[in-house]
Amino acid sequence: MRSLSIFTVSALLAATFAVSGCSSVKPWVKPYERDNLADPVMSLSRHGKADSYMHHVYQARESARGAEGGSGGGCGCN
Amino acid sequence: MKASIQSLAVAGILACLSPLAGAEAINVPAPDFTLESRSGENLRLEDHRGEVVMLNFWASWCGPCRQEMPLMDELYSQYKDLGFTILAVNVDENREEAHRFLDKVPVNYPILYDPESSVSELYEVQAMPTTVMIDRDGNARYLHYGYQPGYEDEYEQQIRELVRE
Amino acid sequence: MAATDRRQLVRSGCLLLALALFGHSAIAATLPVDNVDVLYHRYDGGGMVIDGPSVLVRKGIGSQVSLSGQYYVDSVSAASVDVLATASPYEEERNEYTFGVDYLHDKSILSLGFTNSTENDYEANTVYFSVSQEFFGGMSTVTMGYASGWDEVGRVGNDSFSEEADRRNYQLGLSQVVTRNSLVGVDLEVVTDEGFLQNPYRQNRYIDPNDSTAFLYQPERYPETRTSTSVALRALYYLPYRASIRGEYRYFSDTWGINAHTVELGYVHGLNQHWTLEGSIRFYSQNEADFYSDLFPFENSQTHLARDKELSSLSGTTLAAGAVYEWKQTSLPGIDRLQFSLLLDWLNFDYDNFRDVTAPGDYLPGEEPLYSFDALVTRASLILEY
Repeated sequence: MRSLSIFTVSALLAATFAVSGCSSVKPWVKPYERDNLADPVMSLSRHGKADSYMHHVYQARESARGAEGGSGGGCGCN
Repeated sequence: MKASIQSLAVAGILACLSPLAGAEAINVPAPDFTLESRSGENLRLEDHRGEVVMLNFWASWCGPCRQEMPLMDELYSQYKDLGFTILAVNVDENREEAHRFLDKVPVNYPILYDPESSVSELYEVQAMPTTVMIDRDGNARYLHYGYQPGYEDEYEQQIRELVRE
Repeated sequence: MAATDRRQLVRSGCLLLALALFGHSAIAATLPVDNVDVLYHRYDGGGMVIDGPSVLVRKGIGSQVSLSGQYYVDSVSAASVDVLATASPYEEERNEYTFGVDYLHDKSILSLGFTNSTENDYEANTVYFSVSQEFFGGMSTVTMGYASGWDEVGRVGNDSFSEEADRRNYQLGLSQVVTRNSLVGVDLEVVTDEGFLQNPYRQNRYIDPNDSTAFLYQPERYPETRTSTSVALRALYYLPYRASIRGEYRYFSDTWGINAHTVELGYVHGLNQHWTLEGSIRFYSQNEADFYSDLFPFENSQTHLARDKELSSLSGTTLAAGAVYEWKQTSLPGIDRLQFSLLLDWLNFDYDNFRDVTAPGDYLPGEEPLYSFDALVTRASLILEY
């Protein structure tokens, strides 16, 4: 299925990207510069289960499904 | 000049160390710096030569920092009479945030302000929080990236070791 | 007698809860904090009122594992257009349980979970697994997820009726910090379903061969497989006075011929250290499935037949507003942080080729007014971190 092979290729690319370690490009936003990103107003999903409930409301009435989530950003601690 | 080369060396080592490691054992001179402290006066790292210094970088927006600070306060009261001190460098851009946080999580050890991140850059801080254990000769001996419950035991072990030197 | 919307509700509910859980497993290389999340949700519109509680409890074990359990209920009281057209108003309840484990190792979080959803004529089970990995100095997060579901479709009033439907979800996401004030994300998701994908109660209509001013009903017939792909792009930007704007676009396409676009824009405004206000607007549009028609010319005119309004050509608009109260480092015993949110969403759906057969007045088949409805969704949530 074409959509699955696109998916596999993307997954492999992302995995390769993830595995590559110390390279010539250094992270340009330092861990101590994450204060704005750590602010709750910049949270991708701040309302806990209330946010996933809304996806459920739309899925029950619309044909589209998927790619609703998102994780990352935040304080980048540890 | 020599200090900046040394700083670069430390920074280089600190930077290339794998961020995947929770703690590292090293032995390089800790770069000197001067920052304004909570008590109003400027504090300089060199002035603490002869003491074991636990240099900690923290911010009000950092969850793990919140967890470790009360535990650090306990270590401070336990070991401060043995020639040990904590210098906690706050990296908040806005000092108010740090104060509000300290109202809720009071600690007794010195707090230094680094709003322009000059010391954070000097030490090439790679994670929040970061802790550097500096011995009585001013050498950075242990590095900790991040905080997980249980790290405070390592901190205590290392403090006891360095205090005895 | 049960209605048509419910099928979608349940199936999508389970599917969705599993999917949504992917998005919540990692904020950074730290496990989610221990908390209790209590939500009251209410959907009121289109002749339906569905409300109920959701209670989630999360607890960490040691420094590397976090367990969570959730109980969710949909109490349905329905007299929607589909129900009124072919059945009678009903009341029903759907119960859903979810258990999850998150494991932190270095910069990765592995999550495993299971969801079971039950109502009197539908049972859905889902297992999901996801890995979230942070790298590049914490600036990038990659998430990969997989979910597998198996459903049993029943039929009220017919104990021997039992069909199955299986689902598989494959999810890939990348989140990237661009500047100290901005974040972008890309998400890709492929979903495949197989089995009994239609609704055992819903009917199509076709023109009565003996009377062209009337129509007759026959049960719907869907294909036995469906594969869909969704790609979403999102961006957030921090505004210097403690606010943020965000935008999202999602493209959806499936093997039933449906293509959909979703655009959402949101604004969050921090008033002070406790209160935040937010608002958003969302636009949605889709075209109809290949085998959809509001009115078929005669019985069995196609191999596959659908009159489900969810598969029609439609557009939707949502206006949302909310207020969040946050109390950090509370003086309450045992509570580290408290967050209360009140969120209101007004949804409006307009159908381009689904007609309201219950509309008062005398209409020839195919000339009834096009259907549209609006609904108000209320969410009141309390999160306590302990």
